[in-house]
Amino acid sequence: MAVVEEVSPPGEYPVVVVGSGPGGLQTAYALARLGIPHAVVSQDDSPGGMFRKWPIYQRLLSWTKPDAPHERTSRAYEWYDHNSLIADEPELRATVAEEMDRSFMVPSRPEMERGLAAFAERGGVRVRYGCRWESTRREEDGYVLVTSDGEYRCKAVVLAVGVTEPWKSPIPGIEEVPHYAETPLAREFQGKSVLIIGKRNSGFELADGLEPWARQIFLVSPRSVQTRILASSTVRVRYYEPLEDASWGGGTFALDAAVERIERTESGGFRLHAQGTTRPGPITLEADAAIAATGFRTPLQDLQDLGLATVADGRIPALTPYWESTTLPGIYFAGNVMQGAAGLRKHGVGSASGTVSGFRYNARLMARHIAQSLGHPQELRQLERKDIVPFLLSELRSGSEIWTQKSYLTRAVYPDGTTGILPLAHFLDHCEEGSLGVTIEMNAEGAIYPVAYVRGRGGIDERELPPHPLHDYGGEEYSRALQELLV
Amino acid sequence: MANGEDLVDTLRRFNLFADLDRAELEAIADPDSERSFAAGERIMRRGMSGSSFYVVLEGEAMVALDDEELNRLRPGDFFGEISTLLDEPLTADITAQTPMRVLEIPGPRLEAFLLSYPKVMLRMLVTEARRLQEVLAWRS
Repeated sequence: MAVVEEVSPPGEYPVVVVGSGPGGLQTAYALARLGIPHAVVSQDDSPGGMFRKWPIYQRLLSWTKPDAPHERTSRAYEWYDHNSLIADEPELRATVAEEMDRSFMVPSRPEMERGLAAFAERGGVRVRYGCRWESTRREEDGYVLVTSDGEYRCKAVVLAVGVTEPWKSPIPGIEEVPHYAETPLAREFQGKSVLIIGKRNSGFELADGLEPWARQIFLVSPRSVQTRILASSTVRVRYYEPLEDASWGGGTFALDAAVERIERTESGGFRLHAQGTTRPGPITLEADAAIAATGFRTPLQDLQDLGLATVADGRIPALTPYWESTTLPGIYFAGNVMQGAAGLRKHGVGSASGTVSGFRYNARLMARHIAQSLGHPQELRQLERKDIVPFLLSELRSGSEIWTQKSYLTRAVYPDGTTGILPLAHFLDHCEEGSLGVTIEMNAEGAIYPVAYVRGRGGIDERELPPHPLHDYGGEEYSRALQELLV
Repeated sequence: MANGEDLVDTLRRFNLFADLDRAELEAIADPDSERSFAAGERIMRRGMSGSSFYVVLEGEAMVALDDEELNRLRPGDFFGEISTLLDEPLTADITAQTPMRVLEIPGPRLEAFLLSYPKVMLRMLVTEARRLQEVLAWRS
């Protein structure tokens, strides 16, 4: 009789990964490569469940460029494909790029989902599907995850459960307003006026989708849209049409106002009372429909009862630079929730941890960090002294980790000539004296340039290197600057 | 602050924001501007450029120079304005002593922020004047 092997049955493991989206798959793949035994469980029944639901009306926001200056199977190609997961084997790379039909630069939801499924299948990432994490216990040497299939004991937990639980801001009357996640087909808004509470990505995504259908759209929230920051951000496509409509003084308004309460009208519509913020004064609006585009939270189950610290109204866990809970050691988070570790945010520029392009690298580093903390030392690549500067220059030109995670990740060379990638904050605070780290950074004006950091006795020596119009940091000037710092 | 308390309610207790009405506080209290730090984690590093302005929401931090403690920062205190306004590298290290939450206003946005809320700017100026007075009193 054939024995069917059960995938990740309940039991004891060094690490348990929860989730089968890009964060979970990337972490599971990285742990397997490092030889760390682990279980992967997911309440979904196949990879990438989120992409079967959201974004509601549109494609993804991040680019995959099917043809680029580098071969799809190369590491350098990753920089042109912000949606595929990363792998050491060429056949596992660029799995989303393979699916693109080239009608757009950003994948559709099915294209993304198929790319993830291909990665899981070819990478041998085995997930116990239909297994829901329900509660958590802390034990002397780790945690117990109680799931719908039984209990898992482990030393480290990686929660890759997304920021997927609908969240509404505490406005009186908001319970009457459906959340973004419940929004029906755009055609149902034909000829209607619509109130959208929230002026962030999901609010504008809906407004953009409703522009061809709705009669009038009001977007309302206290803070104004930061058009200057948007200008250099991928998400700007969601904002174009609604903001253009607003600038004509036509069918759409984007209002800066703090909402005081919302009530139903006699005719079944909504009435909203607010106080203007950038322009003080009372505002009252009436519309046929309303949607709360007030965001999502991480499904944390009972972790806050165990003492998990959070930020952003309890929506996001507070994380260390290695994406571990700041208050519950051994609880890690993967996926876009990794934005809970903000990094240095130099010049106000954030990390790319909220998107696949950034968190795929985080997941790989986090897996190494977990392996080390479980007593599996990780070997680092050794460089000859003469090769150090040429290697760093080539990483500055095409190292997709530091290009994607600007001023969050650094390529470091230690005094013994070994090299690795790690969070810049960790490098600055914990690396040996004499270590050299390089990053790619961006300032508030959008200029991109390399920065080198040396850990010296008195603190950190930070050196900004000049920008280059072709981002070619191979010349004499750059070589000399790094050579000086190596001494 | 316990999880669940409104960020607006936290800010309104602080001297810096005492003159603002609820709508103004809501415009400032952007939950996405909250940053968190573990006990022992560094918030600011001497010698680094491009930093932000912070207001302590919860927890305690230590200001130190060459490992010598200069000051403690507690809820309602703010820091980072000097290097931001002068566009110069940080002159001290600031390390979280407990798990901390802070509100961040990125350096490039501080000037516009202060011009939008002159009453906050005035309260900040009073605090800076007190600090200067303390230093002068100590020297005389």
